[in-house]
Amino acid sequence: MPSYRNKPPLSYYRTALPGVDYSELQGKLIVIEGPDAVGRSTQVRRLKPWLEEYGHAVLDTGMARSALAGKGIKEAKEGNTLGPITMTLYYATDFADRLENEIIPALRAGFVVLTDRYIFSIMARAIARGENRTWIERTAGFALVPHAVLYMRAEVKDLISRVVVGRGAFDYWESGLDLHFGKDMYESFVRYQSRLIQVFDNMAEPYAFETIDASQSPDRVFASLQRAISKVVEMESPAQRAARLKAARAKSPLRLVPAAKTVHKAAPAAKTAPKARRALSAE
Amino acid sequence: MFLQNRLPGRLIVVEGIDGSGKSTQMSLLSQWLRRRGYAVTFSEWNSSPLVHETTRRGKKKEMFTPTSFSLIHATDFADRLEQYIIPLLKAGAVVCADRYAYTAFARDVVRGVDRAWVRNLYRFALKPSLAFYFKVPLDVALGRILGGRDALKYYEAGMDLGLSRNMEESFRLFQGRILEEYEAMIDEMGFHVIDATKSIETQQKEMRRIVLQEFGRVRPPGVLGTEVRVAELSQ
Repeated sequence: MPSYRNKPPLSYYRTALPGVDYSELQGKLIVIEGPDAVGRSTQVRRLKPWLEEYGHAVLDTGMARSALAGKGIKEAKEGNTLGPITMTLYYATDFADRLENEIIPALRAGFVVLTDRYIFSIMARAIARGENRTWIERTAGFALVPHAVLYMRAEVKDLISRVVVGRGAFDYWESGLDLHFGKDMYESFVRYQSRLIQVFDNMAEPYAFETIDASQSPDRVFASLQRAISKVVEMESPAQRAARLKAARAKSPLRLVPAAKTVHKAAPAAKTAPKARRALSAE
Repeated sequence: MFLQNRLPGRLIVVEGIDGSGKSTQMSLLSQWLRRRGYAVTFSEWNSSPLVHETTRRGKKKEMFTPTSFSLIHATDFADRLEQYIIPLLKAGAVVCADRYAYTAFARDVVRGVDRAWVRNLYRFALKPSLAFYFKVPLDVALGRILGGRDALKYYEAGMDLGLSRNMEESFRLFQGRILEEYEAMIDEMGFHVIDATKSIETQQKEMRRIVLQEFGRVRPPGVLGTEVRVAELSQ
């Protein structure tokens, strides 16, 4: 498999979408991935207000939420005739609709897009069901390369305790019961989710996942996600920075931080290249 | 490109632009096959009940992009293949498909979708036993269609491509481009080309000749020869 680490941000993996100008995309695309019941949605719910607090407009999106195919997928999953290839392509349709009609417009407008699952879940489910890896990788190849893919990793035992304690029952699709991986829901869940985790693990390197240990407490997981996101999203506006320094000065009797005027002038200079800085001081 | 069909049944495909007369010919062929003792079933493009509502909503509200349009049709195709075509081929039936993946190869590429991407998309499809292409000049096909039918529909006329604001003109340009894509596919896909300007009888005669050549003159055992396979399965 090819490595995507060195691709520039906000391009596509393999195939350009017709009619999209990639140079217009200004926002940040953050993906939260991981197996079922690992706690992704809970974290996304906390991350959104945290990002907004720092002044970022956030679009949160997730699987089967498209205006086009969301309803159709839910209905198809309630029936009993959804085959693995059909399911994969139905989710791919849903993803394409959200990508082109929600994610790309939001990125164009400079939003932080926070997505609960991405193509990796669609790919993992297909591969875990025995579908051809190259086929699904190429099919999903129109996806944007995210700024960060945060892979919430846990062992099957952690997932089981979340399912049993949190939901009280195993889900048909989360147990891969469509392909009867085991004698009953429990056995099928264990086998299917183990496969999924294995497939996610194998994608970590080629797709540049940042692995987050999701067996920790939710607070710790949240902190890990915050740290990872801070690396790619500017988490402080100039005004907030000034306010923070001012507050620090007021508290500190030692005056370790420079005075307000200096801070204001120094801040933009730090972002300028050395050559340009010399030119400025020469004036 | 496609998976080899190793199932006992046979898959026959008809392709061509709207108005090429392919459905008429398929209907005549299927009646003839039935009389020869084959169990014949049909599968039409864009007819999966699972996907129907989504396609309808997308068309009605004009929500599709070239990519989502391509994907929903592939989803529709996958459902028919998984739930209908493959089980019937396992049972030894002759499945007649009015349009196949080739329709997507032609239409989606005209809509601007990447050629290699859409060919990969349908890699899970089975290779047909026979694929007939009904070759017809654009004007002949348009004459058959535009005279006889009610108002054209938005996507059918390729209005989403913005080729023309006039629906009939858009349809003309759209079908012309699709025709070019089909013509370029003939050798790549190994189509049996039927000259669709000939009389209906002549075309049908040619199709039957090709079917006999492919299937052999020996009639299928019993209806489907199912007894043998059921025994194999239950072992």
